Amino acid sequence: MIEIKNLVKHYGQVVAVNDISFKVKEGEILGFLGPNGAGKSTTMNIITGYLPSTSGTVEVDGYDITTHPEEVKKRIGYLPEQPPLYKEMTVTEYLSFVSDLKKAPKNKKKSELSDIMELVGLTDHRKRLIDNLSKGYRQRVGLAQALIGNPKVLILDEPTVGLDPKQIVEIRRVIKGLASDRTIILSTHILPEVSMICERVVIINKGQIAAEDTPDRLSNNLSKISKLNLTIKGDKDKVLKTLGNIPNVKYVTMTTKTEDLVYKYVLETKNNNDIREEIFFKMAESKMPILELKPSAATLEDIFISVVSNAGITQTEEE
Amino acid sequence: MSAVARKEIAGYFKSPIAYVLIGVYILIMSIYIHPALKAGYGDFVDVLDDVGIFMIFIIPILTMRILAEDKKNGTEVLLLTSPTSLPKIVIGKFLATFTVFLVIVGISFVYPMVVVIFEGVITTQLVGAYIGFILLGAAFCSVGVFCSSLTENQIISAIISLVIMFSMWIADQYAATVGGMMGSIMEWMSVLTRYGVFTQGLLSLENIIFFLSFTALMLYMTIRVIERRRWVQG
Repeated sequence: MIEIKNLVKHYGQVVAVNDISFKVKEGEILGFLGPNGAGKSTTMNIITGYLPSTSGTVEVDGYDITTHPEEVKKRIGYLPEQPPLYKEMTVTEYLSFVSDLKKAPKNKKKSELSDIMELVGLTDHRKRLIDNLSKGYRQRVGLAQALIGNPKVLILDEPTVGLDPKQIVEIRRVIKGLASDRTIILSTHILPEVSMICERVVIINKGQIAAEDTPDRLSNNLSKISKLNLTIKGDKDKVLKTLGNIPNVKYVTMTTKTEDLVYKYVLETKNNNDIREEIFFKMAESKMPILELKPSAATLEDIFISVVSNAGITQTEEE
Repeated sequence: MSAVARKEIAGYFKSPIAYVLIGVYILIMSIYIHPALKAGYGDFVDVLDDVGIFMIFIIPILTMRILAEDKKNGTEVLLLTSPTSLPKIVIGKFLATFTVFLVIVGISFVYPMVVVIFEGVITTQLVGAYIGFILLGAAFCSVGVFCSSLTENQIISAIISLVIMFSMWIADQYAATVGGMMGSIMEWMSVLTRYGVFTQGLLSLENIIFFLSFTALMLYMTIRVIERRRWVQG
């Protein structure tokens, strides 16, 4: 549905996007992640035709954005980082204007607008001036605006920003509901949001793609390097020595002291071996009881930080 | 009429700005027409001639927000990512300002109508002056729209358009002093000279084409400015 090839964008001397390529299949929700200034918004602005690219191509539904901008724009609903709202208009007036601007069918306008307002929860606020709405409600108006004209593709730049927790849950549900017959690209910095909504993740950093996979596989890849968190009662040096002598242990370090003679350790195994049983028996033999043993699964935060900092996965800090 | 034009016109009349400008213009006209009527002097063309210069102040205030505000508030994204092309958006914006200008002129038409009713004659000078005045207004509105595309600061936009319009207004007075080629360019560019021809009741094709192509050129340049900015900044 969306195909981005070798996209490059320069702002004068600054390279904002450096050779990005990815595809989004029809009906897919793609999470677009990256730290501030990574080029997320720039990429989105190029896909929607707001900014021209320096080089590279963007195709939406088979139409190129540079040669057929109007065909592409007809198919895209865009919610930019800052919702483009006319504050002096009421919600209905604004959405009605957007509907005309997007050349949505006039005969169905009234029912379309009331459906959309119902969907994003604006019906009770339809006669209010946008200027008087809270940030969360303005964000909803922005989302409503993107939905007008029933576009096949939705590009949402941080759609849940500024919403309260209840609204966030609602909007996520709305977005998931929309996905059935639409292709969605969603940028965010809220990582759990990605695992909740998105089927695939593209992480970009410094204008380049740093990782691209499903959220599950990304975190599996990382937790393959088994890491165990242990709490063991016993003399610190003896524990370290005993653990270190177990085969396949890559390294073990003491992290914190909790009580007298009780310490927390982090242990990493070689080649992804499961040595939990061996540890149990060895420690029992040495009369140093294990109070806690927990494999540490990589969260999306770990992946994000490791990918973005380019520091390598082994250096992931303790949780 | 396009969605953009309709929205902008509605915006002018929902905010106080259109009413304030109409009020100011009518006040000025009343001040000028009062002595003319008292003296039993029925030629309205001179009045129109005198109040024309106030358009240099009224139009920049009318047009200053038309594009600058979209840029400042980020609504430009909405316009440029909609399936409406940029030329259509700019023309829509221009038509909105021009429509408000026509409303102002239309309401002020009450005064010459009074003269016509009581004097019983309508002169070609009066018709010509009004046609010239409307063409001049179109050209000025296009200058205002152009200046509004240059900046996101409305005050700066208004000041730049005021300066451009004022230079166009006084160009002929200094043309002779400057002399040479520059002088003839200034004379050619002088809207006052061209407007003067209309007030004599002469509808010269050259002048009509001048005003229309000047307006078109300004709108074309507005489109280029916005296009260029899309390339340069983010």
